[in-house]
Amino acid sequence: MEPHFLAAEVSTSTSRGLTITLFLVFVAVTLAITIWASRQTKTATDFYAGGRQFSGFQNGMAIGGDYMSAASFLGIAGLIALYGYDGFLYSIGFLVAWLVALLLVAEYLRNSGRYTMADVLAFRMRQRPVRTAASASTIVVSIFYLIAQMVGAGALVSLLLGITPDTTFLGMDADTAKVATIILVGALMIVYVIVGGMKGTTYVQIVKAFMLMTGALVMTLLVLAHYKFNLSQLLGDAAAQSGKGDAFLEPGLRYGVESASASATFYSKMDLLSLGIALVLGTAGLPHILTRFYTVPTSKIARKSVLWAIGIIGTFYLFTLALGFGAAALVGGKAITAQDKAGNTAAPQLAQALGIDYLGGETGGAVLLAIIAAVAFATILAVVAGLTLASSSSVAHDFYANVIRRGTASERDEVRVARISALVIGAVAIALSIFAQSLNVAFLVALAFAVAASANLPAILYSLFWRKFNTSGALWSIYGGLTAAVVLVFFSPVVSGSATAMFPDSDWHFFPLSNPGIISIPIGFLCGWIGTVISKEDDSAKYAELEVRSLTGHGAH
Amino acid sequence: MTTEVPSSSTERYRAVQDSEEFGRLRHAARSFVFPMTVAFFLWYALYVLLSAYARGFMSAKIIGNINVALILGLLQFVTTFLIAWYYSRYAARKIDPLADKILAELNAGKGDSDGGDVKKSED
Repeated sequence: MEPHFLAAEVSTSTSRGLTITLFLVFVAVTLAITIWASRQTKTATDFYAGGRQFSGFQNGMAIGGDYMSAASFLGIAGLIALYGYDGFLYSIGFLVAWLVALLLVAEYLRNSGRYTMADVLAFRMRQRPVRTAASASTIVVSIFYLIAQMVGAGALVSLLLGITPDTTFLGMDADTAKVATIILVGALMIVYVIVGGMKGTTYVQIVKAFMLMTGALVMTLLVLAHYKFNLSQLLGDAAAQSGKGDAFLEPGLRYGVESASASATFYSKMDLLSLGIALVLGTAGLPHILTRFYTVPTSKIARKSVLWAIGIIGTFYLFTLALGFGAAALVGGKAITAQDKAGNTAAPQLAQALGIDYLGGETGGAVLLAIIAAVAFATILAVVAGLTLASSSSVAHDFYANVIRRGTASERDEVRVARISALVIGAVAIALSIFAQSLNVAFLVALAFAVAASANLPAILYSLFWRKFNTSGALWSIYGGLTAAVVLVFFSPVVSGSATAMFPDSDWHFFPLSNPGIISIPIGFLCGWIGTVISKEDDSAKYAELEVRSLTGHGAH
Repeated sequence: MTTEVPSSSTERYRAVQDSEEFGRLRHAARSFVFPMTVAFFLWYALYVLLSAYARGFMSAKIIGNINVALILGLLQFVTTFLIAWYYSRYAARKIDPLADKILAELNAGKGDSDGGDVKKSED
């Protein structure tokens, strides 16, 4: 099979026009839903929790929509296409993580909280300091994640629309198109959140999850059909075309790389473990995932929605396995890196190759490419909307209503502040993303997971299961875990001192790992314990209430 | 809808928490979720550790080009699906009935003053 190159020359205009048309259709449909949802949004419960009326399947799809980011879709498919097995290894952490959410968090959170993560953390503690801390960590996690997604969107647009450095698109060169994309994505996410609240945002997630699953399924079936459902032959071809031979199917090309230097090998392997732990423990601490559990009527339906989510997300990662190996086999490592060194265009390139072979030549290739590119934009848009909603909810409900107004704010006031916060957070995210667009910020996704695992998860688990846990413990674990993760990354090779760093020309790094989790997560748990035992505060009476409510659903909102 | 729980109810929550019935509910939930969490975490950690340190073992081909690494990776999917399914079955049989019973008692004992909780509809 000949290698296919992304249609920079061939059918650019067909594909580009179709991508933009499809994307505009998605935007139009989701905006219509959002406006419809805004008419149904009257109370704070509607705005923050979508009226708590979603079914298990709907919320399962929406969880998938919130979770399967462009980093998952394009990123993991690209990692598998370039590094084979190691990309697959990466995706597994994202799935196994859902067991933490299922077994330890979802139902209890649904039973005892109301709108935000802090509702559970502050349940039996002094409201103001705990909510301030929870709000701070929510914003940090969300902003990191937002910047990574939005900068990614900017970088993708020129690749997906085929804007090369010497050509222009609608009179914009590649750099202008990047900035325009960041602003467009940011503006749309602000509109979804402000107008549609949780109801509108949830439907956007559902539509996106449906599109993403359908697109990935079609491509997976085409890849498998090409190999007559012989997995071994697909793997063999992928290994041969990757230019790396059998090593492509084995661990070690990307993570835990073995080199001549013993210390470099050691740190690379530690980094792999550190990343794995952060992925598994981070998911159940991500604010935009936690708020999803409030959109269903009961804890049993929250459980059901996580079961759906596990099925959907697991199936999706199995698809990406086929897509990644398919791209390696049918497009080839050389053609992929020629387009994007990080492999982010592997999935679209595969779509084009499959379209050419199975959907009637160049036009078919252009069509399938356009569909997958539009799906990728929809994916990014849905994820950033979820993040903006979660962080503005926390600002309004935790910080404004409970810290500043000490619980005296009216529902109307609270929702108004939530909308203003969405605008401000969105604007800040746009500004930071434009500033960061030329920097390598891909590490921010892993950092968001590390902060969620180091700061949020210890506080949540201690809150739910440890009678002695108190205000001081909550503050120590949140601030301790947050500080540890951020400081370690700041002094790591992803920020300075390596060719792929955010600031490659400077070097202030002394922490050898790119992923702080293996150190910062134990610090978060340890801080929570220390903070608890050094304080005399005893909240065990309120813990009786929390425990009874979390297990039985008594008094659930 | 739900009103703020009055402070006098603190004693009631304490009483429920200390009751034998609630003890059974807590035990039913925790005796499942804690060991299962440890189990899947160790199983995942083993998989990552093997990927990092047992390269020869992981690279052994089993059927055609399918090696141990790929099979163990796919097994992580299988175990995740199985644990999720098994938990939902276990919860429906052993946890939910106990929780529902205690919840019904709590709601019944709440009196008419605040009308109790509005029963939430299932989907």
